[in-house]
Order: sequence, then structure tokens, then C-alpha cells
Amino acid sequence: MSALLSLQNISKRFPGVLALDEIDMELREHEVLGLIGQNGSGKSTLMKIIGGLHQPSAGEMRLRGSPVRFGSPLEAARAGIGLVHQEQSLIGNLTVAENLFIDKPTDFSRFGFYRRGRMNDAARIQLDKVELDVAPDTPVDQLTFAQRQMVELAKVLSLEELVEGHLVVLFDEPTSVLTPTEIQALFRQVRRLKMRSSVVFISHRMDEVLAISDRVYVLSDGRNVAERAKGETDPDELYELMVGRQRAGSVLPRNNPPDKSAPKRLAVRDLTVPGKVEDVTFDVASGEIVGLIGVQGSGAEAVCRAIFGVEDSHSGHIEYEGRPVRVSCPSGAVGLGIGYVPAERKAEAMMKGMSVCQNMTVTFGSDYGYGGLLLSKRRERREAANWVERLKIKTPSLDHRIDQLSGGNQQKAVLSKWLLGRSLRLLVLDHPTRGLDPGARADLFNAIRQLAEDGLSIVFVGDTLDEMVTLSDTILVLRDGRLSQRFDDVQTQRPSEEDIVRAMV
Amino acid sequence: MTQAQLHAHDTSAMASPRRGEAGTQRRSGHIGLGVLKSAGPIVSLLAMILVFASLTPNFVSVANLQAILESAAVPAVVAIGMTFVLVQGSIDLSGEGVASLANILLSILIANSVTANDLGAGAIGVVLATGLAIGALNGTLYAYLRMPSLIVTLAMWLITLGLAALLFPSRQPQILDSGFVGLALHKHLGLSALVYLAVALAFVAFIVERRTKLGRIGFAIGADEALVRLAGVNVNAYKVGAFAICGCLTGLGGILTAAQIGVGNPLAGEGLLFPGIAACVIGGTLLSGGRGGVLHSLVGVLVLVTLRNGLVQTGANPLLQKAIEGMVIVVAVAASTWHLRRKTRVVK
Repeated sequence: MSALLSLQNISKRFPGVLALDEIDMELREHEVLGLIGQNGSGKSTLMKIIGGLHQPSAGEMRLRGSPVRFGSPLEAARAGIGLVHQEQSLIGNLTVAENLFIDKPTDFSRFGFYRRGRMNDAARIQLDKVELDVAPDTPVDQLTFAQRQMVELAKVLSLEELVEGHLVVLFDEPTSVLTPTEIQALFRQVRRLKMRSSVVFISHRMDEVLAISDRVYVLSDGRNVAERAKGETDPDELYELMVGRQRAGSVLPRNNPPDKSAPKRLAVRDLTVPGKVEDVTFDVASGEIVGLIGVQGSGAEAVCRAIFGVEDSHSGHIEYEGRPVRVSCPSGAVGLGIGYVPAERKAEAMMKGMSVCQNMTVTFGSDYGYGGLLLSKRRERREAANWVERLKIKTPSLDHRIDQLSGGNQQKAVLSKWLLGRSLRLLVLDHPTRGLDPGARADLFNAIRQLAEDGLSIVFVGDTLDEMVTLSDTILVLRDGRLSQRFDDVQTQRPSEEDIVRAMV
Repeated sequence: MTQAQLHAHDTSAMASPRRGEAGTQRRSGHIGLGVLKSAGPIVSLLAMILVFASLTPNFVSVANLQAILESAAVPAVVAIGMTFVLVQGSIDLSGEGVASLANILLSILIANSVTANDLGAGAIGVVLATGLAIGALNGTLYAYLRMPSLIVTLAMWLITLGLAALLFPSRQPQILDSGFVGLALHKHLGLSALVYLAVALAFVAFIVERRTKLGRIGFAIGADEALVRLAGVNVNAYKVGAFAICGCLTGLGGILTAAQIGVGNPLAGEGLLFPGIAACVIGGTLLSGGRGGVLHSLVGVLVLVTLRNGLVQTGANPLLQKAIEGMVIVVAVAASTWHLRRKTRVVK
């Protein structure tokens, strides 16, 4: 097998950060190459260089033996390289078909007029490849997140008809928001793709990477630290190569369990969010960590959003510290001492383009000023620096742009925004570990556990069962918008994963 | 099922209010009821007609309905052009100046009482080309030199208004071309050629909006310009295109005004800007771009024109008419955007 794509000494320097340090990589024909590494190890940067979104600072890239340099994703696409984005690249108010072909030269228009029939037929072929049953003229903003992910894939697959010869298809964490059945459909696609293309596949889940890849590269701190063929490694070894010798990733045990006899921090009675949640009732004690879990559509996220007052309407009775409250907007919730970390970090939780410090002090910075009127930059920064230190946020400085940090560090900075609040009593976390690698996840869990020990109450929606049993004191399982089961004292009597799954489906 | 595969699943579609109803796969993009995303503007229009009709029986007479359509023709032409700019998330404020310039330019190029020119239909061609060029210049300054469209077109408003004053001859030109003035005077089925022209234009604009790349990419630019650029689309060209259409149609608005008043007037475009933009917004075209369209704007124009007409017909205090108009517009905009209200939606 010959090399389809080879990288030699590729380096990428961003202001203040060396993201990639002399990477060598070779992608052979008919091969699936797994790429793993912690957040911030440079995987996404590498994908973006191959896909034409970034240009390397140094080094050489060869495609089919000849040197190439892509100035834009379009140039890469014309050479047969497609990137399935981690952040989605679809335009909401265009139809699925229009999105599929927006970046490709097609003959679907004559004298500037679209021939929709042709375009929709062509789109149907691409959608069938990913087994997605939606009409090609559906506007994308009517699709679910997972459906969009499949359209994203179809968009790349449609290069097959346009480019001669082997394709290079790059997947940047495609599975993190898919359900198990959708992941199986994706894997079938990847295996089918091997017939005429080569694939680079990034995931945080070792077993996924091993299941699909022929060969695995491990990145750490922008360097290529190891290369393994599928047969000669196992998840444990990969994990160790990724995080180094020390066993990061272990979560501290719970020291003092929450006192359930103490007055409740939050009592939710018959919470109903139209179309999403029905009659959900639960309590949260001070210092308790309550985990919500359910399959897609279970309504766990809507419970979080209703508590923080961002659902458009909800009914039911909510008591906070013994008093009935009506939370109708986020500022009202913050006034009560409730914080919320949304699931979509990039879209909802951080102000991209602003500094770490600005992001951390946006909500509670005025608490450190003079009389609530004048701000004190100096005291704000001192407090922000304090949390950067406590949560071990890796950032070159407080003034570094937040979107240039790795995912785990972004999430910790988002968390600190709330921790700056002296009046904060309850923190609601919606999929807090999404997109985090195991090391960053453990760091975040330890920070959350520590906060709970100090008396902060936590409600979170988890991504995996493992996460639920590791972190929660109480697990609430939701099914079709209703509470289907609760597991108490999780840290002392661990429920079996089978029991939780049974309550979910 | 391994543990890692069993993640609890996100329902971003449900969790995030920006994402519409999950899984609904109704067809759209076809001409039909779904064309107008909200019944708000139509309801406003019908409610207003009912109120005025109950106040004065004359309101629903054939003659008055014809009068409403006559006064809607020019604002409709201008609003159609404006729609192409607004859906991209840009704005064009130069309309009053461009229409005034178009009006003067036409009145001195066509057979008139002051200059010796008589270009006939050619005069219309020259003026339309001038409007197109000014629009394209707006778009070029905005897209390629990256100046905000608000300030570029505000400056262009003054520039064109100045040019109109400069071109105004010593005496006011009377338009002598009887065929041209006849556009507004001769009626077929009680309506002048202006109304038929506006309707035909609306039809063409609707096709352009729904069926051409220019129209569809315009919506995409309004939704997320950065993504469209990353897809390799020449965004700047589409911006220039939209502004050129807007400039050309605004010029046409000035020409039609000349046919209506029969003279060259350096202030002929006055009062066109507000109804142009307000009509689009009332109809449900968002100033932030990506939503709305030509048909929305037409409904908005009818709301505005009906309102004005109704206030006169019902004998509302003339001193209060502007204030009432303003209040009704606020209510109409609220009604047309009601279905979009979300706690986390940003309105600017």
C-alpha cells in the first residue's frame, strides 16, 4: 500500500502557542487512521491544516506524491479532501440539498436559476448513503443535531461523485453527539468509504478508535508520540501513551456525603415543560450532586433549562431554600444564586474572541467592584487568577482569547464564571464533559466534587453511565419526559449499569 | 452495547431554542401557505381592514380599494428592492436620495419644458442604469472596502440628494412626454400601469428570491456569512448584486413618481425610506437577515398604505395621524415577530 497523503515536519504556530511541533504522518490508501490525544494536543489543528482551514507554519504536505498547499477548504475539496466538522458547517435557512452542494461546482443551475428537481434527486442519493430519511428540501434548522451531523457527513461523501481517484475524509470527533445506532451507521459508512478512500478518525473513546481504525497515531502536546497497528495495542496502552505515565483520570472519592436531613436547597414539584417534560419531581440537598440521564428526547436538558429560566414556558412548583420561587429568566435565576453551564459551549457558554478574564468576570465581576457601581479591574483579575490557579486552567495569560484554549480549559473557565459568585448555591451543568478528553474530564470532575464538598449543590446531565456513577450522589433517570427511576446514595451503593439502562429505554 | 457507546443522548434540538421543532419534516420552499412563515402580518392587515370598514362604509368601496393599490405601487417597488438587501443582513438608507436623483434625471432627459433633450424610453434606460450603478457602488464600498452598509448608504443618500439639487435646472421641468405621464393616468380595469408593473415585478422578484442562486445565497449570507464564505462562495459578489437590485428598483421608484407628479422635483424621493424599511419589517423580514422575503414585504406595504388611507377615510385628526401610524406600526411589528419570541433570541 502506498502513501496517499504524507506530512513531513508539519508545524503550526499560533500567537504564543506552538500547536503542532514537527508532525510526521502517513495516510495509506484504503486505510482508516485513528488519531487520539488529549484536548489541546493538536488533533483538531492537524485536521484543519489537512482540510485547508489553516496553513502550516513549516513543513511539507504531499498528496499522491506531489507537494500541495491549500489556501482554503474549497481548494482541499477540489483535491478530494473533505472534513466532517466538529463544529457544524450547515446553514440553517437553506435546504438540506442546497447545503450539500453549496461548496461544490455543480450543474444544478441554468442561467442562475436552480433546477431543484435535479438537485433534490442528487441530494437523495447522498442522503441514502448515510441512511438519513429526510426530504432533501427540508430546511436544515428543522433537523435535530444528530440529523445535521449525518447531513454533514453526506456533504463530504458527495465528493465521491465529483473527484476522480482516492478521497481523504477527515472525521473530527464525529461520534460525540451521536446515539449508538447512529454510530453504527457511521461506522458502516466509514467501512464502505475504505473502498475508494482513506479516512482519518478522531475520537476520545478508545474502544471506538480501535474498532474502526487500522492504525493509530497518538498525539501529545503537538508532537507525534506513538504509532501502533491495530493488532499490537489495547485501550490501556493507548490511554497511557496519551496522558503520559501518571494515571490521570482518577476521580477522588467522596469524603463527606451530603446531609439529606438538612433543609433542601431545591425542591422541584410537578415540573412540566410543554412537549418535553411532564410532572418531574425531585429534591436537591445542599452539597448534593444530582445526575440526570436519559436517551435522546428524555427531557433531561429541558429540566436544567427550566430551572435556570431559559425554557420558553414551564409550569410546576419550585422551592429554593424553602421559599417558593418563580424563575422566569436567567438573571432572576442568577439573583437567587443559581448558575448554568449550557451544553453547547461554543454557541452558548463563552464569548468567543474575548479574553479568559473577561469571560470569567462577565457575570459577577461587579461583586468585586466598589458598591456595585464601579468595577475594579485589579480585584476582578485577582479573583480570576485565583480560580485559574485552583482549577489548574492552562492558559498563557488571563488576557488570552478563550476560544484559543483547549476544550477542557475552556470548560473550566466557563465554570469559573459562576464560581466567582459569592452567592452561588446551585450549579446546573448541561453535558459538562462534552468534547473533553479523559484527563480533562477527571480534572473537571475533581473540581466539581470539591465544590460539592464545600456545600455547593450540583445538578448535571451526564453523557455516559460511567460519568453518572462516578460523580453523582443521586441519579435520576428520565424517559419520555418523565422520571422513570431514581438511585439514592450512589457513592455507597453503586447501581449496576444494566439497571440504569433498563430505566432509560 | 458497550458502555462507551451508551451515552445518554443529547437533545440539542430540544434543549436549544434556536433549533425549531425536532424531526418535523414538512416540505417547504414551495408556493403555498407555507410561504409566509407567520400569519401575523396578514392578520394585522385583515384586522385593520375590518376596523376601518366598520368605521366608514366608504372604506371598502371599489374606488377606495383602487386608490389603496395605486398608492401602494411605488412603495412596493422600493420595498422589493430593499428586501434583497435586508435578507442579507445589510441595510440601504440611500433610497430617498437615489429616487430623487432618478426623478430629476428622468425629467430632464425625457421631453420636457426646460431642456432640449428627448430620449423617450431611452431616458428610462439611462436612469435605471444609473440606479443600478449607484447600488453597485454602495455594495462595492460595503463588501470590498468593508465599511458598514449603514454608513456607506447614509453617505450615498446625501451624495445623491446633492446631485439631484445640482441637476435641477433654473425652472421646474414639466414632463411633456404624454406616453410616459400616461403610465400613471390611463387606467385599465380602474388601475394604472404602475400597479400592474408592481405586481409583475413582485412575481419576478419572488422567482429570483426562491429559484436563483442570488436569492438563495442571499438568505444564507443573512443566516451565517462566515459559513458561506468558508464554503467557497463569493459572498462579496452576491452583496454587490443585492445592492444593485435595490438601487435599480429605487431608481424605478423615482421614475414612477415622476410619472405620477408629472414634474421633476429634487425632493421627489422624500418619505420613501421609512415605508420601504418599515414595510419589510412589518411583513416579517428581519433586519438581522436570513428571514422574510418579497411576499412578506408586500404584505407590509399593504399594511402601511391601508393604514394611511384608513386614517384619512375615517377622518382621524390630521395632527394625530402620524402618531397613530407610529403606534399601529409598533403593534404590527410585534404581531409579525410574535412567533419568533424566545428568551434567548437576540434582537438588534
